[in-house]
Formats: sequence, structure tokens, C-alpha cells
Amino acid sequence: MIYIVILIGILAFWQLIKVYEYATIINGSKEETVSESDTRFNAKMMMVFCVAFFVFCIWNFWMYQDKLLPHAGSENGEDLDLLFNFNMVIIGFVFFVVNAVLFYFASKYYYRKDNKATFFAHSSKLEMIWTIVPAIVLTVIIIYGLKVWNHITAPINEKESIQMELYAQQFAWTARYGGKDNVLGKTNYRLIADNNPLALVAEDPNAGDDKLVKGEFHIPIGKMVQFKLRSRDVIHSAFMPHFRAQMNCVPGMETEMHFVPKYTTAQMREMTKNPKFNYILLCNKICGAAHYNMQMDIIVESKEDYNKWLATKKTFSESLTAEPVATTEPAKEEMKKDTAITATVEEVKVEEKK
Amino acid sequence: MDHAHDTHTHEGHDHGHDAHAHHHEEPGFWTKYIFSEDHKMISRQFLLTAIFMGVLAMMMSIFFRLQLAWPGESFPILNYFLGDKWAPGGVMSPDMYLALVTIHGTIMVFFVLTGGLSGTFSNLLIPLQVGARDMASGFLNMLSYWFFFISSVIMFASLFIEDGPASAGWTIYPPLSALPQAIPGSGLGMTLWLVSMSLFVVSSLLGSLNYIVTVINLRTKGMTFTRLPLTVWAFLVTAILGVLSFPVLFSAVLLLIFDRSFGTSFYLSDIFISGQALEQTGGSPILFQHLFWFLGHPEVYIVLLPALGITSEIIATMSRKPIFGYRAMIGSILAIAFLSFIVWGHHMFVTGMNPFLGSVFVFTTLLIAIPSAVKAFNYITTLWKGNLIMSPAMLFAIGLVSTFVTGGVTGIILADSALDIPLHDTYFVVAHFHIVMGASAIFGMFAGVYHWFPRMFGRMMSNKLGYVHFWVTFIAVYGVFFPMHFIGLSGVPRRYYSNEAFAMFDNTHDLNVIITGFAIFGAIAQVVFVFNFFFSVYKGKRATQNPWNSNTLEWTAPVEHLHGNWPGSLPEVYRWPYDYSKPGKDEDFVPQNIPLSPGEVENH
Repeated sequence: MIYIVILIGILAFWQLIKVYEYATIINGSKEETVSESDTRFNAKMMMVFCVAFFVFCIWNFWMYQDKLLPHAGSENGEDLDLLFNFNMVIIGFVFFVVNAVLFYFASKYYYRKDNKATFFAHSSKLEMIWTIVPAIVLTVIIIYGLKVWNHITAPINEKESIQMELYAQQFAWTARYGGKDNVLGKTNYRLIADNNPLALVAEDPNAGDDKLVKGEFHIPIGKMVQFKLRSRDVIHSAFMPHFRAQMNCVPGMETEMHFVPKYTTAQMREMTKNPKFNYILLCNKICGAAHYNMQMDIIVESKEDYNKWLATKKTFSESLTAEPVATTEPAKEEMKKDTAITATVEEVKVEEKK
Repeated sequence: MDHAHDTHTHEGHDHGHDAHAHHHEEPGFWTKYIFSEDHKMISRQFLLTAIFMGVLAMMMSIFFRLQLAWPGESFPILNYFLGDKWAPGGVMSPDMYLALVTIHGTIMVFFVLTGGLSGTFSNLLIPLQVGARDMASGFLNMLSYWFFFISSVIMFASLFIEDGPASAGWTIYPPLSALPQAIPGSGLGMTLWLVSMSLFVVSSLLGSLNYIVTVINLRTKGMTFTRLPLTVWAFLVTAILGVLSFPVLFSAVLLLIFDRSFGTSFYLSDIFISGQALEQTGGSPILFQHLFWFLGHPEVYIVLLPALGITSEIIATMSRKPIFGYRAMIGSILAIAFLSFIVWGHHMFVTGMNPFLGSVFVFTTLLIAIPSAVKAFNYITTLWKGNLIMSPAMLFAIGLVSTFVTGGVTGIILADSALDIPLHDTYFVVAHFHIVMGASAIFGMFAGVYHWFPRMFGRMMSNKLGYVHFWVTFIAVYGVFFPMHFIGLSGVPRRYYSNEAFAMFDNTHDLNVIITGFAIFGAIAQVVFVFNFFFSVYKGKRATQNPWNSNTLEWTAPVEHLHGNWPGSLPEVYRWPYDYSKPGKDEDFVPQNIPLSPGEVENH
């Protein structure tokens, strides 16, 4: 890394010398404010830049189209990708055409002494065209976009979906399942204790069968899953890029999102040709020092495997009598250094995976 | 008011009065350079402060770009600037990373692109272009600068305190910003941030009220609203936006101060932190976001409109052609300004806001694309069949049109609430707003500095250095922010200290290295600018009165600054400011103070 600093230093030094050279020109007397040769040179540069810029853009698309997020893991996600591509075609067209015209004009109509600019102050016809055409295109974009949005956010039948909660705190996630009755028990933030990290109200009949898991959580393929989101301390955001799903976790209120997973983890591993692929939940709202490492794995599997996995987990009432599930104290209190935080998060994960 | 009135009725008296006043009060050092009430001096004060703050914020961005490209590597330069506490062994700590991105954003948005841009050019150009002797209230104008200065000093000072500066992101969402238990920067650092921003609001309001009154009341004879240069239109509308929206930021800040210091619960509810359940219940963090973005979105246009106004002026002048669609330009400024107040919810699609409300914001937000498109097309048509003189200012103006388009189109994606779900808070957003707002606005500011430098300092800047500055900056802007879209599309969240915790982000990691390379490249170009600026202030070629052969009134005043701007009576205005290459005229420009020749029609 020292080399990089040296490189920066050399670059800076070289620039300074150049600056010094040019500085001597400043005082040189010139007739025109901007010389014709300067104008010509910069006009030519406009076209050179335009070509180089477009090549760079296309290179970016070419190189990275396969390295972006893989195929969406949910039906909603597939709709979104389609909508995204639709919009991308439109804006890509506008981007290339408008920039090309801009740079073309800039390079073509440069100053010549004997030239005179055309006095062309306005044209109602032209202005109507470029008010109305964007308006029509935007109408299409709005209608299509809102159709997808309404579909994704439409209320669902809660009883027919798997009821889950994602609970955020600095800097870890806990997932909770509704249990046998598929209803999440009530909570009260004052009840947080070593053996009750999610502040469940033990007296609530729906709470006893709830199941808490850390490190990773499982969901079955092809079934609607509804996530209720809560936060213990600051705002977090539950972001699952592979499902194209995201919603903030806001202290003091409950938010919601839902989707149907379409491919199992195993299927995705095959599709992406990446045996290590995992669906992931991460935090996408700045929440403190270890914000960058607040994650949980998501496993999508068949209904049978999911039921089998869930059966091995303790219910809330069982855990009340057993040892504590996690410490109340957020990891960051005793760990100031980031490496330490990483370690703690890892530890928690490992502990829970056991 | 008095002056303008005088010119109409007793021109001779006005002349005598001013010469008299000027002769009597030969200002001393303190009143001339420090506590000046002269708009031209205040404008220079704003510009110098903004350059200082801009260099600071740019250095911060280079620091965190180093960390992003080579996470965990040791850089002696980081240790040198940040010290052993924040960069032990040359590796930046996560807390410092968050502090740097927070202060970088705050300084760039408020201190450089709001205070710096509006403060410099509204001050310089409004009185000179409308034909006034000074701002309506020189004293309030001076206060505006000094509140800005104190606010800058406090923000700067917050970098040196023990727990570090504010680090909850420039949007300072509570509860993170309200609870020192949650992040060290939310202690004294956040208090200083809040105090600094409150003073900033005061400065902004004093300035904006002054700008509005000056434009409405102090226009010289003949300067009707449809003869105002588009710069003045942009500054006027910007000032109105500021007056209407900054008080809302102040109220948001005030409630946050109450929550932090006096145990209220406007934004806090049901929080358990550091092993303790807080007493506050019933508040809502979402309330803060509504208040913040009610300022925050108009703020985007407070930053952008002056840059667009400057661009309109420069593109017309340097194309030797009238701006195309003058009235449509005014109309779109007004439309953008109006719409900017009803779109704030598009920052909050995934906060749990009612989805129906979200769809309303989708609609209003996408409407803004129409006046924006009109502006872009009008700029391009102005270039068409022009006689383009490529001064550095012109290059930056053309660059602005390009970034405005490139950054604008991705806004169409983000305004679509459905598409915002997977892109919200990713690097796609960072790329979008840096191009459309950051680059465009700073290009407008650079263009303005190059163009009006002779008006400000009576000397010319070096064109050659200006070209080097422009091309390197332009290449760097796209080199940094274009690839950033792809990082966002691979799902990388913003404000991550390091992406190494996720194997899936390795795919686009080499882009981070490319970006940092371009960022350093671009930063070096700013050294050229700073050098050119200060060297030219003292050693630049002496400017002529109207070096760009421009039509607007500021070029009818003498090169030497004098209090009151014009030695004799105020100029009168007979035509709009864009009579470039008018058929039937010998010269390719006709200044606004030249009467119509017999039979000439004022056509626009």
C-alpha cells in the first residue's frame, strides 16, 4: 500500500510541475479571451470523450452483467426484474441518444470568426413535442410500475401464509416462527431478559409455541411467507437482495413484507453454478459500528425438510425453563474494536448452529 | 428601494449622493474585508469558505475510498490525518468511516452546494444583474455570512472532539442520532452538528429573504420579470424554496434536540439499549423522516437550480445564441420548484409507509421528469447551430447537461416504488444522486467561478489550466460514479465499512478499486483548480470590462469594485438578456441597456 501512496505522491508532484509550466502562460498576453485553437481543440475533445465514455459504459455492462445479483428467488422478484429491464431499455436509449446529440452539437458548432449563430429563440412546436413525448412515456412507466407495486404490497391472507418475525438489534438478527398455531405472540419491550430476548409476553397463549432461531432460518419453497419486522434499538432494514425484498425495522412499530420463494437453495446453487451460494438477510440501514456485518443465512428447502428442521427447535416456553438463548447485552458494549464485534457475531452464529 | 426610486426621478441627485457617500466612507480593513456589507465582498467570503470546506470534504471522500478499495490495508496517510485513535496502524476504524461519510455528505450538501453556491452567486449576481446598488439589506447580508461562518467553524471543530463527529449518516435518522449508547458520534459530535445546522438555517433564511426582496423590489427601470436573466430567476426560486423548507429542518432538529437532551419522545419509542429499557414511548422515528425530507427534497433543487441558472446564462452567452425557450425555462423552474415540495415520500418507500401513499409519491416524482427533460432539450437546442466558444465555463456547462441527463434517467428507476425496494440504500442510489445532484451542481459552481471570476476579482483565470481541470474532473466523475451503479445492482448497501463480510460482494470488488483510482485522479485535478484560482487572484491577466461579450448588466459596471456598483446613475434596461446574434445587428451581442433601434422588435 505504500506503493500506492508513493504513486499518488508522484502523480501529485508531476501535476504540480505541469501547473507551474502552465502558470507561466497565464501572464502571456493574448488577443482573444479564448483562442480559436483552444475552442477547436476542446470541441474535438467532446467527440473523443463521447466515444470513450460510451465504450467505457458498454464495457461496464459487458463485464458485469453476469456478476450482478443472480436470477430472482421469488415471484415478486421476477416481476421486478422484468420491470427493471423494461425501464432500463427506455432510459438506456434516452441516455445514449441525448448524450450523443449533446456531444455531437458541442463538437460540431464550435466558433469560427466568419460564422454567425442562428437566432432561434423558441418554437412552440418543438417544445410541445418534448413535453408531450416524455409525458406519454412516463405515463407508461408509472402505470406499469404501480401495477407491480400494488401486486407486491397487496394485503395477503395471513392465515394461509407462514407467520414469521425478523427481529433486529445491534448487530444481529433473530427470527421467530409463529409455531403450531401460526400466530406470533404479543410482545412488550420492557420484558427483555436473558431468557426472553424478544420480549414475548409469556401469559399470551399464542406466545408459548413460538420458536426463536439465530444464525440461519429456513423457509419452504412455494409457500407465502409473511415477515413481521421489529427492532430493539435503532432503525435497521431487513434486506434480502436475492428475493428483491426489503423493509425497514423501526423501533416502536411493526412493519411487514411477504413473498413466495420460488427456488430452493439447492436449485439456486445449480443455477448460479456456485456451490457456496446462500440466500442472505442483511442490514441495509446505517445502525452503528458493525452495520456492515449484520447478517443471517436463509435456507429455502422442501416443505418436508423445513418441517423436519423446525421440529428440532425449542419452543419459547421450553426455552424459558432451559438456559438463556442469548445475552440481553448487545455485543457492542464490551467490544469496541470492530474485529472483536465480527468475532462476537460469528460466535453467536456458531453457537446457534450447534 | 430608495436608490431605484432615485434613479427614476432624480438621476442627478442620485449620482451626487453616491459619489458623496463613496468619498466620505473610505472603508478600513475591517469594514472592507471582514465585516463588509458589500454584496461583492460577501460573495467572495462565501466562495472562499466554500472552497475550504469543499477541499476538506473531498479529502474525506478520498480517505474512505481508500478503505473501500483496500479494506483493512494500512495507509500511513490515514494515520497521519486521523491519528492513532481513529486509524491505528493506518487502518481506519469503523466508527471513523461512518463519521467521514456523514461529515462528507453534510459539508458537500449544505456548506459547499447550498451555502457556497447560492451564497456566492446569488450575492454576486442578483444586485448586479437586476441593476441594484446592493442587496436590500446589507446588514442582514453580512449577518448571513457570519452565521454561515460560525456554523462552518462549529462543524469543523466537531472533527476534533474525543468521541468523534456525528456519524449517523448525513440524514441523521433517530434513534441512531438520538442515542449516544448506539454510536459514539451521537454524543457531543451530534450536539455540535445540530447546533451548527441550526445556525446554518439562520444564515440561509437571512440570505434567502434578502435575495427575494432584492429581486422583487430593487430591479432597475425596465427590468421586468420577463427580462430577468435566467440566473436571477433560478436564484429567486431557490431562495423561495429555502425560506419554505429550511424552517422545517429546523423544527426537525429542534425536536431531536428535545429528545436528546430533555427526555421527550417525539421520535423515540419502545427502545431497549445497553441493557436498559428507555422510558420514551409513543414517538415515531418516521416523523423525523417526513420532516427531514420535507426539507431534504427541495434541498436537492436548492442545490441544483442555481447551477442550472448559471448554465443557462453561460450556454447562451458562449453559444452566441439566445437561450432556447426562455419562457419554457422559467416555467420549468417554477414547475420543478412546486413539485419538489410534494415528492419527499420517495425517500421512504420501504419505511413501512402506507403503500397507497407510496403510489402517490411515485406519480408526483415522475412528473418532475417532464420539466427536467424540457430543460435538458432546451440546452441542447441552444447549442444547435450556435457559434460555441469553448471557455472553461462553457465546458463545465456542457458537462452539467451531460451529468444532469445521465443522473436524471436513473432517477426514473428509483422513483418507481417497486424498483426502489431492491435498490433502496444501495450504491445505485449513491451513484444516482452523486451524478445528478453532486456533479451537476459542482459543475455549475465551477462554471460560475470561471465565468464570473473577472467580475469578482478583476482578473482572468488561466484557460489552459481550466481545460486540464475540466477534462480530468469530467473523466473522473464518470469514472467514479458510472461503475458505481453496477455495485449497487449487485446488492451492495451504502455506508458499509467493508464488503468483505459477504462473499457475494466479491464479484464487483474490482470496480471499487477502479472507482478509487478515478477518485484520486479527480482529486488531483482540484489541486490544479485551487492553484489556478489563487494564482489568478493575484497574478492573473487583467480583465476587460466585458470579457465574454455578454448582454447582462453586471458587465456594464466598471471592473474595479465600488460600493454601489455603478459610478453614475443605474443602467436602464430595454430588452431581454439573450439578444445574441440578432439579425440586423453588426455585433453578435446587444447588452440589455442598449435601447431598441427604430423599427426593432423585442422578440422572445
